[in-house]
Amino acid sequence: MQRTFLSASPEQTRQWARTLARHLQPPLIIALRGDLGAGKTLFTQALAAALGVTAVVTSPTFTLINEYDLPDGHTLYHVDCYRLGDAVTEAHALGLEELFDLGFVVIEWADRIDSLLPPERIDITFSDAGPQQRRICVLDTRPVGHDRLPVLSQECRQ
Amino acid sequence: MTLILGIESSCDETAAAVVIDGRTMRSNVVASQIELHRQYGGVFPEMASRQHVLAILPVMQQALADAEVVWADLDAIAVTRGPGLAGSLLVGVNAAKAAAWMQGLPLLGINHLEGHIYANWVEAEGNLPDKQFPVLVLIVSGGHTELILMLGHGSYRRLGGTLDDAAGEAFDKVARVLGLGYPGGPAIEQAGRSGDAAAYPLPRAWLSGSHDFSFSGLKTAALRAVQKLEGAGNDEERRLTPGAHLPPAQIADLAASFEEAVVDVLVTKTIAAAKATEANEICVCGGVAANARLRHHFQQRSPLPVATPPLYLCTDNAVMIAAAGYYRRLHGEHSNLQLDVKPHLPLVLAQEA
Repeated sequence: MQRTFLSASPEQTRQWARTLARHLQPPLIIALRGDLGAGKTLFTQALAAALGVTAVVTSPTFTLINEYDLPDGHTLYHVDCYRLGDAVTEAHALGLEELFDLGFVVIEWADRIDSLLPPERIDITFSDAGPQQRRICVLDTRPVGHDRLPVLSQECRQ
Repeated sequence: MTLILGIESSCDETAAAVVIDGRTMRSNVVASQIELHRQYGGVFPEMASRQHVLAILPVMQQALADAEVVWADLDAIAVTRGPGLAGSLLVGVNAAKAAAWMQGLPLLGINHLEGHIYANWVEAEGNLPDKQFPVLVLIVSGGHTELILMLGHGSYRRLGGTLDDAAGEAFDKVARVLGLGYPGGPAIEQAGRSGDAAAYPLPRAWLSGSHDFSFSGLKTAALRAVQKLEGAGNDEERRLTPGAHLPPAQIADLAASFEEAVVDVLVTKTIAAAKATEANEICVCGGVAANARLRHHFQQRSPLPVATPPLYLCTDNAVMIAAAGYYRRLHGEHSNLQLDVKPHLPLVLAQEA
């Protein structure tokens, strides 16, 4: 399933992330793509809060992987491949693949480790559509049977 | 007289140092991997661990030799246990455990952030005056931006911190956008020296009523300013060579304006927090504490005394770990050989906050 839609503001992206959270079951990989300032961390913060994370979710760029315990006993792993040199080799060495079956894994700059990502996942790509607006492209490659993911009302024609 | 060997390997630096009574630096050895990361434009956690393994024993031996002491002269070994990269931390902790066991010395597991704070207590001559608690501490680096109220040795209250990007991370990312290289802090400082800090009015996130910070919006605003100046062009080409399409004077103005915005927020909010908590002094520490504009603004604007470590103690080092270890030991603390790394160790545990 692929959908593209427009978010009019950071708050609308947050709202969508909160709605999305209600449709997700672990284990699940969410691969985020988009340039600096596109809204990847902002999306993750709203998603994490909706999943029950009470801690402040900060950028994992420096720490590479941040972990958050969820109220239901699962774990949210917030991964960032921005700083990795030879990202595929280093992500493999970090044991990133070992996380894939464990809980929710949200990966920023996932395009840097494409070859490591399992085929079944949700890809979300953020791109500029104005100073506050973002075009959000969602590609769900999981087998049918999962919840249909919610979209924002402003759906675009591909 | 208490002699402590400090060991630090949480990130890019392999370091060891000998400190007397937590105040006087006897040696300070740092093997940096920054050249390696600069060369390849990123961090290599696995390669970093291997570099730590190669460097750790020579660095420890050099620290003892520089201090003109032998193992038998030492009273304890202090080592960073977290936060940091797990594979890197393990090298320092295992070396410290092995040395402590072999030499029969007490072992002290130290929080890296507490180490940064204690960089303000130690210097070559050990002549720094005692600080008057409570002290308001700003920890500002690539991974952290936190305001801490230090009530006494080892006693901390967290007031606030960044809600998104650390200040040093914003420096790194904007430097990359401007094509200024890694690490971003020194690169932006140098580029901005000849620039006009008022050229581009960039937004400041004040988050009034809290002691928290946010630098994500500023980072994005700086990026937008660059894109606007570049105008329409080949996006793919721009992606490959960021920042290379602007004249040096514009880069200098952008760097200075960005730096000014970060520093303005850090200084204003730190002074406000110090007033709100009735702190007696301000201590600034962490890699960004080396920034000249930050130091200058603090000296100009703070009604309270502001301490900053010498430049070589702002970035990661083992002097600060040995100093923190001294005060932990003074309070009767020690670790045992089961000491393990804690990659996500906070300075203040949630239940203490």
